[in-house]
Amino acid sequence: MEAPSILPLALESISLRHDGQQILDRINMLVARRRTTVVLGPNGAGKSMLLKIAHGLIAPDSGTVRWSGLTGAAAQARQAMVFQKPVLLNRSVLANIVHAVRLQGIARAAAVHRAHTALDYVGLGDMAIRPARSLSGGEQQRLSFARAWARDPEVLFLDEPTASLDPAASWSIEQIILELRREGRTAILSTHDLAMARRLADDLVFLHHGRALEAGPAASLFSDPKTPELTAFLKGELHW
Amino acid sequence: MSDLTEGFAAAFRLLFGFDADLWEIIVLSLEVNLAAVALSCLIGLPLGGALAVYRFRGRRAVIVLVNALMGLPPVVVGLLVYLMLSRSGPLGALNILFTPGAMAIAQAILVTPIVTALTRQIVESLWHDYREQLTSLGSSRRRAIPTLLWDGRTAVLTAILAGFGRAAAEVGAVIIVGGNIAHHTRTMTTAIALETGRGNLALALGLGIVLVTLAIVLNAAAWMVRERSTPEAALVVASR
Repeated sequence: MEAPSILPLALESISLRHDGQQILDRINMLVARRRTTVVLGPNGAGKSMLLKIAHGLIAPDSGTVRWSGLTGAAAQARQAMVFQKPVLLNRSVLANIVHAVRLQGIARAAAVHRAHTALDYVGLGDMAIRPARSLSGGEQQRLSFARAWARDPEVLFLDEPTASLDPAASWSIEQIILELRREGRTAILSTHDLAMARRLADDLVFLHHGRALEAGPAASLFSDPKTPELTAFLKGELHW
Repeated sequence: MSDLTEGFAAAFRLLFGFDADLWEIIVLSLEVNLAAVALSCLIGLPLGGALAVYRFRGRRAVIVLVNALMGLPPVVVGLLVYLMLSRSGPLGALNILFTPGAMAIAQAILVTPIVTALTRQIVESLWHDYREQLTSLGSSRRRAIPTLLWDGRTAVLTAILAGFGRAAAEVGAVIIVGGNIAHHTRTMTTAIALETGRGNLALALGLGIVLVTLAIVLNAAAWMVRERSTPEAALVVASR
């Protein structure tokens, strides 16, 4: 990753309304380089929308997404996103990654080579010719990570990547997330899973009813929550 | 009754005796149908894809219009193409009236709305599911169209087969612009329409048997494609 960094990322007063409901309410957030930022909160807190806005998939009603140096498509090309439910093309495992790499303007032969490397990276090396949709849920999500990794992103948005997976599959996804961090990539991960957040977070943003109630280094938020909502969430007592 | 049994007997003698006149008609019909369907795909696949992914003023009106054109009466299309291609018409200089080319054009006008409208439905439902993922990968809407067409290929194929069925069955358009000239523009449907009146029942029945067989084969093919395919194919079936 020799290219100049697009980090830090600053979200400034992001608001979003949908169907008369305030989904996000003046969110401010700073994402530092080479750290894993976890957006933690109960279901319906607005986590997915926040990630999609930061990634440029949805335009906020107000507020600014500010990358360092680059803007628009140039900045987006340095990012990748993994969704809660993998969206895979109706073709082979390998072809799914080749398609994604080719979209970066890379020639076919190089893209195929890159795709094989990516499959090895997530442990799907022997499944290259299988139809992508014949894989199990956990394998499909690993394929999503391979596809994201194959594009050599500096920043990865991971939207509840283990929420539909069993514990074993979740564990293997967490290992990939840890490896991404070791490589110096920056991840922004949304989850409602407190245990996962504890294992993975460097920085934490606690989202509740569309508002960022607390933000900062994960260790201090976990040990010393300031708001009654986060205190309750850490005890497993915040249900809505 | 004896007409019928004698007719069938004569028809089978023509078919399996490889009667030159009969097989000439069959081959010409298939050539015209295939040319019409190829032309329709050239226009209908990209057009249907574009209607699915682009948003513009008047899009709904265009979709309603294309859907309505699926029911164009063949004789009216034949009449219009006749007027265009006749010596005093705007395209009279081409001098292709009463040729297989004119028949292919007339049938393409009948088939293109079918291919376009069904493709639009298929691609639109795929785009709904894939939009965020493809956008995240940096795919433009334009670049997404071939990706989506390929991903919906089984459903798209049933749409094309539906178009082929329309071309093979219609008589009104080809009889007007082709003229049912022996050894030149005589197709299965025009021959049946005219030879019946002239008492040439064996030929008419023989061609009828081929047409019905063709319809069965096409539907069997469509059914088999559907059997081993994706939910979006079911959509086409439901819409027929």
